[in-house]
Amino acid sequence: MDCIDPMKELQLEDVEVQLLIEGLYRRYGYDFRNYAQASLKRRIHSFLKVEGLPSISVLQAQVLRDRAYADRLLMGLTVNTTAMFRDPSFYMAFRQQVVPILRTYPFIRIWHAGCSTGQEVYSMAILLQEEELYHRCRIYATDANEQVLRTARNGIYPAKQMQEYTQLYLKAGGQRTFSEYYTASYESVILRPTLRERIVFGEHNLVTDGSFNEFNVIICRNVLIYFNQILQNHVHELFYNSLCKFGILGLGRQETLRFTKYETLYEDLVKAEKLYRRRS
Amino acid sequence: MAYELIAIGTSLGGLSALKTLLGYLPKEFPAALAVVQHRHRESDEVLSSFLQQFTLLPVHEVEDKEQIQPGNVYFAPADYHLLVESGYFSLSIDEPVSYARPSIDVLFESTADAYAERAIGVLLTGANQDGVQGLSILKARGGMTIVQDPDTAESPTLPNAAIANVAVDLILPLSQIAPQLIQLCTSAGGYSCKPSLQ
Repeated sequence: MDCIDPMKELQLEDVEVQLLIEGLYRRYGYDFRNYAQASLKRRIHSFLKVEGLPSISVLQAQVLRDRAYADRLLMGLTVNTTAMFRDPSFYMAFRQQVVPILRTYPFIRIWHAGCSTGQEVYSMAILLQEEELYHRCRIYATDANEQVLRTARNGIYPAKQMQEYTQLYLKAGGQRTFSEYYTASYESVILRPTLRERIVFGEHNLVTDGSFNEFNVIICRNVLIYFNQILQNHVHELFYNSLCKFGILGLGRQETLRFTKYETLYEDLVKAEKLYRRRS
Repeated sequence: MAYELIAIGTSLGGLSALKTLLGYLPKEFPAALAVVQHRHRESDEVLSSFLQQFTLLPVHEVEDKEQIQPGNVYFAPADYHLLVESGYFSLSIDEPVSYARPSIDVLFESTADAYAERAIGVLLTGANQDGVQGLSILKARGGMTIVQDPDTAESPTLPNAAIANVAVDLILPLSQIAPQLIQLCTSAGGYSCKPSLQ
């Protein structure tokens, strides 16, 4: 029979995906082996479409021989959706429920894991500045992707997004005029340099790198959704071991510890906002 | 092989259509239902708690990696794509598809991948075309496809687009969809011969 059975094709494609992922790992050490399959597959497909490639196998051959091309694929496979004060109710809850706890500490270390292009890190810096806590804080903002970190470090964003960010800032309980935090220049805005003062940006891969400090707060929002449960448990082990006693963990709105091994080691601080507190 | 998962997509007019459809399903309904209803990204859990009043099946806003259990209704949360894996759900905040997040195409395509001929895709009333491509992929992978009769749809654009682009298995008035789902999912041994339009 000439016609390809749709089921066979589906199985064939699964093999292709596995080979590509294995190839990326063995050739470059990029480890997507425990990523959630469905979204990874979608991203591979949209990369094929953009590049005009006929199949995953063709992509694989090219990626294995061409490092620059592999890096381009890497950008295509990682997600960088973010905004300042994304999910404003999270920041509101942080202000009301977490800040009072942080006030009791002489020095506060915060790890923002998977910070992407930095908008949510600067949002936290603004919040802490308004709460007059920022001078006592150090924020470690990490991402596995060097390219997005560069954007994060620069703190320069398209001016057209400021209207949306202003709305979110206000909903998040912002106390000033949002435009105080940036200087507009043509099509871009530059965030006020004082916001960056207490932030250390650095490369860190949640899949392969270990703990590098002890933190009072770890924020990791909408990053773990791209991992399967094996990898989620691995990262939660890392987070647990990197949090001090009674340290605070903030996840994305639809993320949960419920389906991990770490559920019982935390208590809910603000349930609806996925703010947890390490029990001991 | 029995149907295990029913993926439902709808936009404009979806709320009242879902009320009718879900309200008709019995408590011991043996398949899981995954629903994308286009909604504003800042809408909260009001949608699922509203619909809970009209159905005997437990309604959830999906949390990442939640298991797919028979007899449960799972809603895509606002501003997240809902993806089906084998036995559980994943979420993503990838860019919107056809301006939508959650997108019906994303739900249907991942359903086609993970459940193929064990899945049913249902497109209800809607004012755009998100879901048509996903339905066509589900059909190609051996899934059963059902579209609401446009004459009974508050907004017929989506059903019409689906009928024009996909050789759907069944076109049914809204009131007939739930009874049909019950029949498809509960009649023993009847799954190999699909009902067709001919």
